[in-house]
Amino acid sequence: MRYSLTSLLVNALTGHRGWKPQWRDAEPRDGYDVVIVGGGGHALATAYYLAKEHGITDVAVLEKGWIGGGNVGRNTTIVRSNYLLPGNIPLYELSMKLWERLEQDFNYNAMVSQRGVLNLYHSDGQRDAYARRGNAMRIHGVDAELLDRDGVRKLYPFLNFDSARFPIQGGLLQRRGGTVRHDAVAWGYARGASDRGVDIVQNCEVTGFSIADGRVTGVQTSRGSIRARKVAIAVAGNSSRVAAMAGMRLPIESHVIQAFVSEGLKPIIPGVITFGAGHFYISQSDKGGLVFGGDIDGYNSYAQRGNLPVVEDVCEGGMALMPAIGRARILRNWGGLLDMSMDGSPIIDRTPTEGLYLNAGWCYGGFKATPGSGFAFAHLIARDAPHPAAVHLRLDRFRTGHLIDEKGQGAQPNLH
Amino acid sequence: MRIPCPFCGLRDSAEFSYLGDATLTRPDTTVAGAEINAALFDYVYLRDNPAGPLREYWYHGAGCHGWLVVERDTRTHRIIAASMPHAESLP
Repeated sequence: MRYSLTSLLVNALTGHRGWKPQWRDAEPRDGYDVVIVGGGGHALATAYYLAKEHGITDVAVLEKGWIGGGNVGRNTTIVRSNYLLPGNIPLYELSMKLWERLEQDFNYNAMVSQRGVLNLYHSDGQRDAYARRGNAMRIHGVDAELLDRDGVRKLYPFLNFDSARFPIQGGLLQRRGGTVRHDAVAWGYARGASDRGVDIVQNCEVTGFSIADGRVTGVQTSRGSIRARKVAIAVAGNSSRVAAMAGMRLPIESHVIQAFVSEGLKPIIPGVITFGAGHFYISQSDKGGLVFGGDIDGYNSYAQRGNLPVVEDVCEGGMALMPAIGRARILRNWGGLLDMSMDGSPIIDRTPTEGLYLNAGWCYGGFKATPGSGFAFAHLIARDAPHPAAVHLRLDRFRTGHLIDEKGQGAQPNLH
Repeated sequence: MRIPCPFCGLRDSAEFSYLGDATLTRPDTTVAGAEINAALFDYVYLRDNPAGPLREYWYHGAGCHGWLVVERDTRTHRIIAASMPHAESLP
């Protein structure tokens, strides 16, 4: 389905009964070159780039639910590449560059809005840490600006600068960061992949892997067996469960993070702001709702919902940062599942089983990585060699000690 | 989520800190040998991460300061049981 002014006019005059589905709701065939387990943002991006960049179109995306119903529709839509460690920055910056030309690339309105991501600091020590982070980013060619108090005041005069406990001293600003309409990312990639011949199969749960002589030969699903030369797992949130079917134990725990939306308000917050003295981040959607969140709940969970102590903690953070939002009412909140890896960084790698690839461990940062993750994963699957931006995101780094621990918390996922 | 502490009764989970999987056993690091590295790697990094009942450590920091072993269903957050662990199995 393509859109134009003409098609809009024609459909407006005919009662909007002429719109067609944007991608084929395919029936699974007996076999494929590549089967991708999972139909989330990363899986759809992987299928899209497999077809577009590598000409591999004999691909199936197997989704146990429906497209756009998992974490790609449950995040807070923020994109950024303000990372510290050399193992992480290239992948997130690759992703940021892909975001910047995504809409032209897949010809779909994903509402990419580079409205700027500002991380506030509240102490001298935190300023030094952000200066260091900004320098690391700039060494890697990423934009970063260290703002002082007046610089922040110019952008956001309504913040609580003189909080006795956490006065705002300044912030680290990435102007190229921003927000993207998350559902449209899934739909755009799905349409682009489907148009190139990829089968998107919904309501098809993978229940096992066929492995012979250390090599994967296919998958069993709720809709029958499917042969495959290569199988790629991209099911963040449920990676441990799927990998267990292939006999793997992963360095991952599943956790829950909550997100919140207020009632619609007139425009007040032009960019993305994060509070440095607690954990609170906020932006405003184009519909007017304040979209915000904070810490993960901190215990293992597959429930897709959280508990009230975190609701209280997040709202306290919001009130400390911008008391002006105190009278806005929360419209709804929800939870999404996280693959919390043991060092807080993702995994894009081969597995001990030949022909089986793993994309996992995105913690709470999966959405911003969607294009880069798909691009690098497609490269790995097509060429059997890691993409240069993802060479450090290895599965065996925990065994060899080459951890990418942005926060320096050690192997305690609920603290990352 | 409320946790039935054996000493303090039914308490809000906000009073507790979470450590995680209580089914892991720390390998004996006083024994030399190459296999100790593999065993430590397993212990420190790898998890079963089940969707379903999980035995896990919670610390009642705002209460009795006891370490509890809580069995909880990770799909529903239902608490199945909470008890004091045996001293020798503490992390």
